[in-house]
Amino acid sequence: MAKELWKGNEAFAEAAIRAGLQAYFGYPITPQTEALEYMSARMPELGRVFLQAESELGAINMVYGAAATGVRTMTSTSSPGTSLMMEGLSYIAATELPMVLVDVVRGGPGLGTISPSQGDYNQMVHGGGHGDYYPIVMAPAGVQETVDMVYGMFDIAEKYRSIGVVMLDGSIGQMIEPAEMPPMLEVRKDIPEWAVRGGAGKDKRILTSINLDPAEMEKMNLRLLKRWKEVEKNEVRFAEYYMDDAKIAIIGNGTAGRIALSAVRTARAAGIPVGLLRPISLRPFPVQAVQEVAAQLDNILVVEMNAGMMLEDILKIVQGKTSVEFYGRIGGVMPYPEEILAEIQRIAANPAPIKGHPRDLWMERIEPVINQ
Amino acid sequence: MVALDIKDMEIVYRHPDSLVDISTHYCPGCTHGIAHRLVAEVIDEMGLAKRTIGVASVGCSAFSYNYFDFDFVQSPHGRAPAMATGVKRSRPDRIVFTYQGDGDMISIGAGEIIAAAGRGENITVIFLNNANYGMTGGQMAPTTLPGMKTTSSPNGRDVEQTGYPILASELLATQQGASYIARRSLHDPKNIRMAKKAIRLAFETQVRGLGFSMVELLSTCPTNWHMTPANATKWLEEKMLPYYPIGDYKVHPELSELKV
Amino acid sequence: MQNETLIAGFGGQGVLFTGKIMAHAAMAENLQVTWFPSYGPEMRGGTANCTVVISDEEIGSPQVRQPHAVIAMNLPSLDKYENQVAPGGYLVINTSMVNRKAKRSDIHVLEVPGTELAEELGDKRLANSILLGALLAEAKFLKVGSVEKALEESLHGNKKTMVEINKKAMQKGADYIKGK
Repeated sequence: MAKELWKGNEAFAEAAIRAGLQAYFGYPITPQTEALEYMSARMPELGRVFLQAESELGAINMVYGAAATGVRTMTSTSSPGTSLMMEGLSYIAATELPMVLVDVVRGGPGLGTISPSQGDYNQMVHGGGHGDYYPIVMAPAGVQETVDMVYGMFDIAEKYRSIGVVMLDGSIGQMIEPAEMPPMLEVRKDIPEWAVRGGAGKDKRILTSINLDPAEMEKMNLRLLKRWKEVEKNEVRFAEYYMDDAKIAIIGNGTAGRIALSAVRTARAAGIPVGLLRPISLRPFPVQAVQEVAAQLDNILVVEMNAGMMLEDILKIVQGKTSVEFYGRIGGVMPYPEEILAEIQRIAANPAPIKGHPRDLWMERIEPVINQ
Repeated sequence: MVALDIKDMEIVYRHPDSLVDISTHYCPGCTHGIAHRLVAEVIDEMGLAKRTIGVASVGCSAFSYNYFDFDFVQSPHGRAPAMATGVKRSRPDRIVFTYQGDGDMISIGAGEIIAAAGRGENITVIFLNNANYGMTGGQMAPTTLPGMKTTSSPNGRDVEQTGYPILASELLATQQGASYIARRSLHDPKNIRMAKKAIRLAFETQVRGLGFSMVELLSTCPTNWHMTPANATKWLEEKMLPYYPIGDYKVHPELSELKV
Repeated sequence: MQNETLIAGFGGQGVLFTGKIMAHAAMAENLQVTWFPSYGPEMRGGTANCTVVISDEEIGSPQVRQPHAVIAMNLPSLDKYENQVAPGGYLVINTSMVNRKAKRSDIHVLEVPGTELAEELGDKRLANSILLGALLAEAKFLKVGSVEKALEESLHGNKKTMVEINKKAMQKGADYIKGK
């Protein structure tokens, strides 16, 4: 198929439909609402289920019910809505049901802004509600990547009977880029073995998340963790740019990563040996790739659109083997490439290891910028 | 004495096929068992067991899926109508019902139940009102009567501080999307028979695709009410019935002609 | 090769549409492109802007501090974005809606009475295409043919009648700037 111009929010909706999505439930929230609107027209046209729920609580529990019947189902929302969905996500994880969530992240905390942010990193990558489980979290950096990721996420979610999250920031939801749509898959006709369908007696199935016997619950938790080890083995994804001869590595995901790419190119043109590692899977995290960077390079600069959430993960992986610095914009502000370029130039001029926590040092540098 | 041939006798009372033949965890004298039995009998009589999916909620009935002998899912607290919506919309040819208590349905789940009724969601809700939170040990619920003592209203429910009981049937009957809303009581055989008819009508509503149906069942909680089962039944009749009048609050015209 | 254009003006001046036409044309030329809108509170004041980045390699940042070109459809847009144009870049001013001259001397300033020229064509909403025509006539980073193709493919249904008049508007903008 030829490329067409697609707005991010509508693109991922169409990609999900082409992946055989059978039931979509959602609630309006900026900057994601175009996806809900797109679904409201397209799903009924194809004879599939669309329902605008009474709240994000309603939406995620409708997804829970639909997932229990074995249909391909999803919701999409933005950060405050994601917070509301945490309850349902935990139940869905415990019931071992596959589903897809697209989180178009906006600036927080609270009602915050509707501008692009990566402030949901902790609540998705380290969270997804109460209990010991992880959603699979991927962060695309453009419209085509979002399309491909949402299209493929249903298979991944079903393979591991897990929650698949595609987390993009508001700018990707709102921007238009050329994208090629994947082929339309047939909607599944069969019902997975584990799904409820209306069965009595020996065919009866129960899908529940409660088991009051701690010993049994412990076994179930262990099963989830063992399955997670498989996810870690198979689903790590990242992209590298100009890393072959780099001495300084920038690590940034999603939009922060692609903005850093512009800075890296300018710095390269000025002869600074800098490269970019862009994690695509945030859970499982590309641990080995970061370890290799830490072992070989002198400096790492972590760039995020939050106050250093991924930074903490990278510090744990690096374990002091190389100097890690941080640059971020917060609350819904996107950095410009020039800001990251200035950081690269500063590090290139003085690559000596920093003294102190990278966040503390960044706070000293960023305060005058914010108050400009 | 003449030996009777048991084969020749008419069976007037038997274990419903749709109930698993095990003991329940419910307290002695609790009316959950009666409500379960009535639902199971209706499902059996209507021949729905092989196409029914139940939605359990959070509260004493969280484990109701262990007793009904057909497919079940279990929802987060209060969210059963939303989850049932997801099941029903995905499998519209299945019969989907929720089984919820008063704290679950009309406190934490008030939003979900009103939204489901407003949408005219073609599901059935079995709502047990025993005027307290049973599973957590008898705290005040939105249905607790004025002056009633609970573990979180030790001096009796003070309406100046905590307001008045929410009348769920009256409330839901105002929704245009609701097709059958009835309140019944489980305190004596006559009322239990009436309750069964209401449950039957609620499922008939769904089978006919008429929209949202809900049956509120006034129930006893001897343990948390600190009464014997017999006294609890008497208390329900004397104290709850005046506050929660039994009756049909909404009946779709197509149902009023139906004889069950 | 990378080129960035920021288009700004009042809501209803076709700012977002012009950006989309440029994106479409870039795609037709097998270039990489991003169209990035201002959204949210900025839109509430009745002003709108979008940035179109066109490149022959994978595009990094979708928003730029110093765009290669700015199309200012009104005075607030000129006030806000004049200083941001990259040195040597292009500033297209809709002089019909602006009562001052540009201050910069290190950039190409293209003054076009877009709204007035559009009214000559019978529809003042064509000012956006007139300004785009003027910009491309000078900066030449997109072929006129690709933009015309983009118009044909973007305006369908009851908007189809707008294709030819938009082409005319682009030509009028180009003629105006060449004739100066």
